Amino acid sequence: MSEISVRTGGAAGDGIASVGDVLGKSLSRMGLHVFGLNAYQSVIRGGHVWFQARASSDPIHSQGDQADVLFALNKETAQIHLPTMNAGSTIVYDPEKFDLADGELPVGTKKLAVPTLEIGRKYSNQSILQNAAGMGATAYLVGIPFPILQQTLADSFGRKKGDVADWNIGAAGDGYRFAEKHSGANDHAVKPVGPPKLLMTGNAAIALGAAAAGCKFYAAYPMTPASTILHWLAAHARQLGIVVKQAEDEIAVVNMAIGASYAGVRSMCATSGGGFALMVEGIGMAGMTETPLVVVESQRSGPSTGLPTKTEQGDLNMMLGAGQGDFPRAILAPSDAGEAFRATVKAFQLAEDWQTPIIVASDFHLSESVMTVEREEVPFPGPIPSLYTVEPNGGDYKRYAYTESGVSPRALPGQPGLQFKAGSDEHDERGRLISDVLSGVPIWVAERAKMMDKRMRKLEGLRAAGPVPSLEGPGDAALTFVAWGSTVGAIRDATYLLKAKGITTNLVRIPQVYPLATSVLIPLLSHTRMTLLVEANFSGQLGHLIRAETGVALPHRFLKYDGEPFTPGEITQKALEVVSHGH
Amino acid sequence: MATSAVPASGTTPLPVLVSKSDIKPTWCPGCGDFGVIAALEMALKRLKIPPHETVIVSGIGCSSNLPHFLNTYGFHGIHGRSLPVAEGIRWANHGLNVIVTGGDGDGFGIGAGHFVHAMRRNVKLTYVTMDNEIYGLTTGQASPTSTMGAKTKSTPAGVIEHPINPIALAIASGATYVARGFSGEVKQMADLIAGALQHNGFAFVDAFSPCVTYNKLNTFDWFRQRVYKLESTDHDPSDISKAFTRAQEWGDKLPIGLFYKADRPTYEDLEEVLQAGPAVQQPCGLVGRESVLDEFL
Repeated sequence: MSEISVRTGGAAGDGIASVGDVLGKSLSRMGLHVFGLNAYQSVIRGGHVWFQARASSDPIHSQGDQADVLFALNKETAQIHLPTMNAGSTIVYDPEKFDLADGELPVGTKKLAVPTLEIGRKYSNQSILQNAAGMGATAYLVGIPFPILQQTLADSFGRKKGDVADWNIGAAGDGYRFAEKHSGANDHAVKPVGPPKLLMTGNAAIALGAAAAGCKFYAAYPMTPASTILHWLAAHARQLGIVVKQAEDEIAVVNMAIGASYAGVRSMCATSGGGFALMVEGIGMAGMTETPLVVVESQRSGPSTGLPTKTEQGDLNMMLGAGQGDFPRAILAPSDAGEAFRATVKAFQLAEDWQTPIIVASDFHLSESVMTVEREEVPFPGPIPSLYTVEPNGGDYKRYAYTESGVSPRALPGQPGLQFKAGSDEHDERGRLISDVLSGVPIWVAERAKMMDKRMRKLEGLRAAGPVPSLEGPGDAALTFVAWGSTVGAIRDATYLLKAKGITTNLVRIPQVYPLATSVLIPLLSHTRMTLLVEANFSGQLGHLIRAETGVALPHRFLKYDGEPFTPGEITQKALEVVSHGH
Repeated sequence: MATSAVPASGTTPLPVLVSKSDIKPTWCPGCGDFGVIAALEMALKRLKIPPHETVIVSGIGCSSNLPHFLNTYGFHGIHGRSLPVAEGIRWANHGLNVIVTGGDGDGFGIGAGHFVHAMRRNVKLTYVTMDNEIYGLTTGQASPTSTMGAKTKSTPAGVIEHPINPIALAIASGATYVARGFSGEVKQMADLIAGALQHNGFAFVDAFSPCVTYNKLNTFDWFRQRVYKLESTDHDPSDISKAFTRAQEWGDKLPIGLFYKADRPTYEDLEEVLQAGPAVQQPCGLVGRESVLDEFL
């Protein structure tokens, strides 16, 4: 196995994201498995931003812990990241920008002083060209063949070809050759291993999944870390024939999505916790009117505005409790980009089959990190059928007919003879209100209970129809991790580290957090020697849910709420403590 | 209607006119809303708009129960959110006639933000508000259009906020058909609503619809003594300045009729995706569109 981690850091506005995109894509084009972490702050200029791309010939599932190559655009970057460099690593910097004394370097870390500004000036007075020069040097140290870097760089300029693209490619080439000449042998460098792999963020995978599932209407209000779903769908709206609407607020967003769905198209909206809080009443209305709806909740650190560009899994309780009263819902929690695609497709299917809101829970770490996926991990579902399935039947149409499954035949506006009212008030089988003059009248009291029972039967359907908890790894292990969502990635990587230390672990993963398939989960949890619940929130929200639904307590917990994603190293450390000391 | 509301099927249904449903209105005897529903029904019948191609959307309040009382499709949503639901319906299927009904609290209080944005988009909707200057269903609190000084359960010392001027707000926000009706003038209101239904853009009809139970100030008699019809004056609805001036009239003289009308492309006219027809009838999914993955390679 060959593996490398490369970091690039500077101030917001320095163009770190572009450098990271090009390095990450170049690595995926070498056929390597890639995981790229985008760390930025809620500022447009200044602050400290960095990008880490980790690439390996074997599957990887997280950004890892240490770095092998660091391209520092300012001194702050060097100071922050040097302590986390691997032995034998190299830092790329420009002495014209800041000094770096040998004494500042950790033992075993080399420095490569690249005249990035000087190279840039050869082409233009645009200081941004220093990035291309430094990127070229970095790419050499990483092992990226220059033709791949050149092509990726050219592609990144797209239609803006011409002088600017040429200058960047020229500067990158000069930086590359400079490193070739002045750096020593680099034992960390990776080599191309196969054809290019798909590289995408969790959000792109969600947007793609929505398009694949037949989404025709998408509404959103900008909110990190969900905004890039809006950006991708808006950019592809005309090509794919999807109506994409930025609305005045998230209340309008969810109500528009419900209106579109009621009128007969597959419909989705996405937001983060703050926007989801505004959508809550609308989500309940989708439950009450039995209107299919897919809502993506990409969590960030709360409470309130919290840390807008940092990750957390702290909104599970809100998703579980969103809305007054009880209504059926499901919460899917994908762990990586491929699964985010499939979970979104699945969410559309569940929403349509069960006529109720389905939530896809993502978080900053999944939504904004880039990762490679295999083509078969993102299968496009076959032709998507029209929703006009109910046939006119002579005036006896019951939109909310009592059925065994709880699902009633759904007509769409425009179909003759099937006119009905969808109501947020309690109603009878025909959709007629029983909330005003009929409420409290004995026969309608019974009707209300019957209608609740009908709707809630769908929850049992969802429990069986959704993805069930699974066990990854050997059946008999010293320690069983329990996790949901993006934290699964770091755990998967930690299992390799632990195995190397002689500790066998496995993982119970919960891809549908609610409703929980307890008949599957209870046996999985009862065949463990010791468990470790890993969640990115303060209170262990999944742990509480599991205890409430199964009676199984998970006493050992690794909870993180500092905004940063879990790393394999810290999970390994915690697992070793738990196994050796029992706490 | 240029576009069909449903995909073509083998059967051609008999034309059926909009009429009352089998649900009796739950409004108090003498409620102004009876005049509004009568005018709406007349307008829909006159234009022979088929009930199955019509959706009436509402929020919450006495007047928001209206969709149940006609034989069209209906969506009776949550308080203040009728317009976004209606916009979503239009963008999914702009072959449908979409009408929004509700009260002054629903539309100008909790729903005020959506009101402004729907108008600036010029979505093709007919929005009829039953404006009674009071919260009726919650038993008589001040509303955004309650008169200064009005004593209600929530303002026992009298309202100390200036009322919203829905007509002026609509003109300022970009609505392209702005009218005011009165439940005591059903024939005129039917004409105004018919004009709204035929208008290609956001059509707003604010209807004085007295609450006979909780508003003892703005009664039928109070309105009758004050209303006058714009069509019997020299008012020119294409003149936005004159429309604004008329909208400022409040007190002894209250104009009813068409204040303002303009031609501006609708949101649906400008949304490129909808030029291929209603979204419900367009193909979907990614089968055969493998090239969408190229950018990720």
